[in-house]
Amino acid sequence: MSALSADLRVADRDVEVHFTVHPGETLALLGANGAGKSTVLAALAGLVRPEGTVRLADRVLSDTTDGTRGTWVPPHDRGMALLAQEARLFPHLTVRDNVAFGPRSRGGHVRRSKNQARDDAERWLAEVGMTAYGDRRPRALSGGQQQRVAIARALATEPQVLLVDEPLAALDVESAPEIRDLLRRVLASRTTILVTHEVLDAALLADRIAVLDAGRIVDSGETTRVLSRPRSDFGARFAGLNLVRGVAHGQALRMPDGRLLHGLTEVPIADGGRAAAVVAPSAVSVHLEAPHGSPRNTLDATIVELEPHGHVVRVRTDLLSADITAAAVAELGLTRGDRVVLSVKATEVHLHPA
Amino acid sequence: MIPRWLLLPAGLGALLVAVPIVAMALTVDWANFGALVTSDASTDALLLSLRTAAVSTLLCLLLGIPLAAVLARSSGAATTALRSLVLLPLVIPPVVGGIALLQAFGRRGVLGSTLEVLGLEIAFSTTAVVIAQTFVAMPFLVLSVEGALRTAGTRFEEVAATLGARPGTVFRRITVPLVLPGLASGTILAFARCLGEFGATITFAGSLQGTTRTLPLEIYLQRESDPRAAVALSLVLVAVAVLIIGLTRGRRDSLAEGTA
Repeated sequence: MSALSADLRVADRDVEVHFTVHPGETLALLGANGAGKSTVLAALAGLVRPEGTVRLADRVLSDTTDGTRGTWVPPHDRGMALLAQEARLFPHLTVRDNVAFGPRSRGGHVRRSKNQARDDAERWLAEVGMTAYGDRRPRALSGGQQQRVAIARALATEPQVLLVDEPLAALDVESAPEIRDLLRRVLASRTTILVTHEVLDAALLADRIAVLDAGRIVDSGETTRVLSRPRSDFGARFAGLNLVRGVAHGQALRMPDGRLLHGLTEVPIADGGRAAAVVAPSAVSVHLEAPHGSPRNTLDATIVELEPHGHVVRVRTDLLSADITAAAVAELGLTRGDRVVLSVKATEVHLHPA
Repeated sequence: MIPRWLLLPAGLGALLVAVPIVAMALTVDWANFGALVTSDASTDALLLSLRTAAVSTLLCLLLGIPLAAVLARSSGAATTALRSLVLLPLVIPPVVGGIALLQAFGRRGVLGSTLEVLGLEIAFSTTAVVIAQTFVAMPFLVLSVEGALRTAGTRFEEVAATLGARPGTVFRRITVPLVLPGLASGTILAFARCLGEFGATITFAGSLQGTTRTLPLEIYLQRESDPRAAVALSLVLVAVAVLIIGLTRGRRDSLAEGTA
């Protein structure tokens, strides 16, 4: 059973996609700017009218294929909250009234009284750590704080599906990791569609990734698979990223086989907590023997595949992938099954809570 | 930085407005000012002006805000045509507006005979004053509010909709509050235009003391019989206008503070 399924076309933006999202799952639509990601979200939210069908559980939200005049559920009746790149907090309302807006505005029997909506707002402000700011106006908050309030406001409507559009793109480098961590917590058991051009956001927040190129999905699947074994050249160039899961151990990640991968953390992770290390393939180098004056991380690995991607060859091993030149492959005489030593500087390994 | 030579024409422009106003203040008969502006005819005219301008402004709001919303949130040839139509009273002489109103609602007008059957006689009544004022003042309100709506954009409205708010709720709780500064200045501009209306009123509503003779009409009549009274009453209108401009500035600043 799927929570959301979409088979839609938006002709004037040249977007045509088909995908499903399972209950509680986060699907990332990953693509470059202009790939049509935001158009897909707008079509799901009902802000633009796509051709085709959109279904939420057993409800048809829009359908142009059933003949006659088609089916169309307006945005306010879809049970989908949109979290945009800019927080878009209502400037004339206090932070608390912003969060209470959804519960207060719902139609019919689920509409909350003023006091109930206030309680809802307080609960969600506490959830995102903004209790102290309830009486402020949005413009008195920093970008990161505004985005926290926007998350609380979206969640307070108890949406069946959360639509998230580049939530970190407008934030400075200091607040982005905190908001990413907050999103990771609140998205954990929610049906979410996340649109992003940041591979890192997709890697850390999504269960599955669909890679979007020029309005079409060129690859989709489980996050680790799409990142480590991309099925399209575009995906490989764009989404190529090593994602290693394990537990935190000081400033390192302990991998399932017990070996350590040293790196840098942006937000503190408790020892023993679930963590993920993210490494760009271009930061990994390949040696036949352990290099002298070695960097923090030198790891034995076995080559699984050699894949040419444009100007580089992606060396896929049983541990990490490395991008090296074709000349280097020839010089080292690399072939499938070879034992090699991978090295990567600790400063190129980014550790995140997972 | 502006080129220095601009200062000369700018100064001349300011003088063109300032000199006549100052001249009026200098030549007014201050000794009899009180008596001149409180004659029966004058107070009747002032009260009628304030009453009709208030009702007309309310009508401008009731009709103008929806019009502005329709214009701001649609596009295409039909919208352009509708906008040109609504703004027409801005560019035609008010007396022409008065003639047009007469042809529509006058006793021999297109709708006049129908209205007469219903027992309504509009031309040369206070109702006609209100219609004339609304006709000429509404474009000011529509222009201000449409501009504010376009500037505000739809981004907040879209978010509000995905949060579960129906279009009516969005309009009431998001759209209108966000354009409040534009709405306030549009309202005050429309009120001022109503207060100063002359051409359409005298054509369509005539000049009956206490019924249709508003302050501008009274001033025009007094100019023939008692020029001193005309100057004094004119100064009263200037004072009201200055008050309105001050009010606009204050309101606009405090409202912009709240929403920007």
